[in-house]
Amino acid sequence: MLTVLKPGILTSIQDKGRFGLQKFGVPAAGAMDPEALALANLLAGNDPGEACLEIAALGPALRFETPAAFALAGGDFSPALDGAPIANYRAYSAPKGATLTLGAAKSGFRCYLAVNGGFDLPFVMGSRSTYLKGGFGGLEGRALQAGDRLPLSCPQFWLTNLENRSISPPPLPQKEQTLRVVAGPQDDCFTARGMETLLSSVYTVSPNSDRMGYRLEGPGIQRAEGFDGNILSDGMAMGCIQVPDGQPLIMMADRQTAGGYGKIAAVASCDLPLLAQCRPGDTIRFSLISLKEAQRLLRERERRLKALADSLNRPEGLWD
Amino acid sequence: MGEIRFLPCGDSAVTVEFGNEIDDMLNAAVHAFAAAVEGLNHPAVQEAVPTYRSATVHYLPWLLDFEEIKELLAPLARQAGGQAALEGPVVEIPTLYGGEYGPDLEEVAAHCGLSPDQVVALHSAPAYRIFMLGFTPGFPYLGGMNPRLATPRRSQPRVRIPAGSVGIAGSQTGVYPIQSPGGWQLIGRTPLRLFDPALEPPILLKAGGRVRFAPIDEETFRQMERRGRGC
Repeated sequence: MLTVLKPGILTSIQDKGRFGLQKFGVPAAGAMDPEALALANLLAGNDPGEACLEIAALGPALRFETPAAFALAGGDFSPALDGAPIANYRAYSAPKGATLTLGAAKSGFRCYLAVNGGFDLPFVMGSRSTYLKGGFGGLEGRALQAGDRLPLSCPQFWLTNLENRSISPPPLPQKEQTLRVVAGPQDDCFTARGMETLLSSVYTVSPNSDRMGYRLEGPGIQRAEGFDGNILSDGMAMGCIQVPDGQPLIMMADRQTAGGYGKIAAVASCDLPLLAQCRPGDTIRFSLISLKEAQRLLRERERRLKALADSLNRPEGLWD
Repeated sequence: MGEIRFLPCGDSAVTVEFGNEIDDMLNAAVHAFAAAVEGLNHPAVQEAVPTYRSATVHYLPWLLDFEEIKELLAPLARQAGGQAALEGPVVEIPTLYGGEYGPDLEEVAAHCGLSPDQVVALHSAPAYRIFMLGFTPGFPYLGGMNPRLATPRRSQPRVRIPAGSVGIAGSQTGVYPIQSPGGWQLIGRTPLRLFDPALEPPILLKAGGRVRFAPIDEETFRQMERRGRGC
């Protein structure tokens, strides 16, 4: 059991997402940074898609009512266990009664806390992810509040050699971070100059960004003649760049399942973790890559995660 | 039906587009295709999301790349194109029109130059096709409203629209499955729970099917509300 002493600004339960029900209009939700979710889970001895605490902007204070192993991944929130600073991307063991505190995001914007065994919360329509706008999933369909108690599941196996369960941190976004994009599905609704604007300008993350989407501010993107920005609503994926009013709006975890604005391009999945770590005021550039290249990069990431999972979950006797 | 287009929707989804208009035949092909895709039970296919004139197939590109998924889907898309629109059963949506449940009924009637009773009669007459579900969980995009009922959205959107509200926006009509903000003109409310994550299935309506609004009185509304989905 974990007790929430202080909730932070927006701390919610998220797993890999709720798939298979988008055809009924149920958003996928899930982790904004799926790579950090997977890494926290693997280090904590869980399946990569298990439910974690997604922590944004300002972190919570939590007390372990039972001893448990855990790991943090993503942005740096200056974590401390009973007052002693600890690091992201390493497994730790918390004794009964220990307090884990996270401060404000020092770098990055979201951090994931995985606890060995995961959270013992009900699956709602196949997932534990919180869909905040719909008020379901996670803990009572809402962000955490002070006094909440989060039950933990019994781990499949107890972790040993915790200090060896560590990896070097993947990169966090830099100033004017470049995100790779693939064109489509409605790039033909924009002029060549419109695409050129998207690919050559610096955009700033708007404070109106949330789990549903990243709103960007910068030079307007020109539409093709006779196109008013609206299409017959069609399907969407995470990373799709809509252009509702000339400015890019990148669809994220809590996106609607379908939308009526033309989508000029989509952020390559391998770069979505970098975007999810951007905060309001950060600046972004875009560069175009081929679909083939985007899929190759994603295959590579999948292979890396698989190799890490294999190396971490090798039976104990084979380590030495 | 024109040429079928395979549009990359990012690197992990493909939108298979059958045309570019709202049309019963075309939409029937979309639903036949989406059902066939899910019927494959292919490990690389996550799900197929049918909309008005296309279906977006979410897939795992480390198992199949774009060319391979296209190859897998193309024969299914060609077969679906030839199918006629199925006239499935019509689901009745019991609706209490007007009063506090449909606060905009009078305004819609005034705008359309009709009496409130005429609005109810015209709205509850047709079987509406469910072209797609989306926007919020279980929200049906319906086609087939009488053009005489077309009314613009409210200039001041409501902060809170109760679940079950039946509304009109422009030439569209629909039902709000969950409480949400919105600018639709509300003409009635149904006691049916179109979306409830605790029920199986959580979403009552099926895209590709049809619905009809059946006027009920307040007493029936209260009874049905108490009985939940068992009614």
